[in-house]
Amino acid sequence: MSSAQLIGDWHALAVLFVAGVVPNQIWRMLGLWFGGGIDEGSELLVWVRAVATAILAGVIAQIVVEPPGALAGVPDSLRYGAVAAGLVVFLLTRRSIFAGVVTGEVFMLAGKWWLG
Amino acid sequence: MALPPLDSPQWNSPWLAFGWGLRSVTQTILTIVLFVTYLGIGALAHDTHFSLLWALASTLFVWAGPAQIILITTLGSGATIVQSAIAVTVSAIRLFPMVVSVLPLMRTPTTKRRELVFAAHLTAVTLWVECHRFLPLVPRERRIAFVHGLGCGLVSVCLVANTVGYFLAANLTQTLGAAILLLTPLSFLFSTARNSREVADVVALVLGIVLYPLAAKLSSGVDILVSGVVAGTIAYGVHWWREVRA
Repeated sequence: MSSAQLIGDWHALAVLFVAGVVPNQIWRMLGLWFGGGIDEGSELLVWVRAVATAILAGVIAQIVVEPPGALAGVPDSLRYGAVAAGLVVFLLTRRSIFAGVVTGEVFMLAGKWWLG
Repeated sequence: MALPPLDSPQWNSPWLAFGWGLRSVTQTILTIVLFVTYLGIGALAHDTHFSLLWALASTLFVWAGPAQIILITTLGSGATIVQSAIAVTVSAIRLFPMVVSVLPLMRTPTTKRRELVFAAHLTAVTLWVECHRFLPLVPRERRIAFVHGLGCGLVSVCLVANTVGYFLAANLTQTLGAAILLLTPLSFLFSTARNSREVADVVALVLGIVLYPLAAKLSSGVDILVSGVVAGTIAYGVHWWREVRA
């Protein structure tokens, strides 16, 4: 592996800073700044937490609905089926994350294998 | 491993608390989930021609799995810096309420804001989830040190995973690559669902998933924000309505 692959160029690292680091740290530091006066059990916090959960849910849906990279090569039905199968097992196993993830993966890999 | 009782001398120094935080990394299934997710991010970075240093720097300084995946996939698919920055900024909005809700768990009446800067940086979905689980078992005046330990442990695990994933990438087939990318939505979905104890959390999660494809049809550029605020507000409405009736 070459040093270019290991280290890369400064331009790419500058892009990381502008498009990756700053957009994330802005929200964290705003949270630090404005969170100071907010009480743990306040109604505003219940709303804010609900919005945070819903935005994360949106990211989950986005990766499945508009998949990146190699996942785009998996048919829609297999991706949705994998999430659905994982969810069923997750609920049946009294919320075992491990069982849900493994089921989803096995469903997708088995489907890929079966479809050829 | 169980954490010592709240009045144990094991909590007498911040360094001991840091150590307990570090060791707590071994007490959660989410560490394995994170390891595999970051294995995927390392592989994705390799396949989209980013350097290993770049991948490690993104984990250290961005420290948000979804944002890193969005950044790598958008830049890798030819988006401009501005387009990527907008997508990442929107995905990162959820860090704001996470930081707002998690920092009060660590604050004491004498805590200065600057003492919470590093804890705020370490806040991401896994730490947020685990803080709600672990912090009630930690004496309040040692919680910041505990979170520093927990966060540093998780970051270290992910840096190792990135490196392993990066070197594995050359050998991963298309199908295995897809399997690793699928781990991200599965693990985030189930870990969030497991921690949804109140009705408002469940409604927010379900509606957030259902509304995103509808919001995406608007192609507003801030689809996730639209579906998130709408779904979250409806979830809050359900919570409010139940409180009023009770």
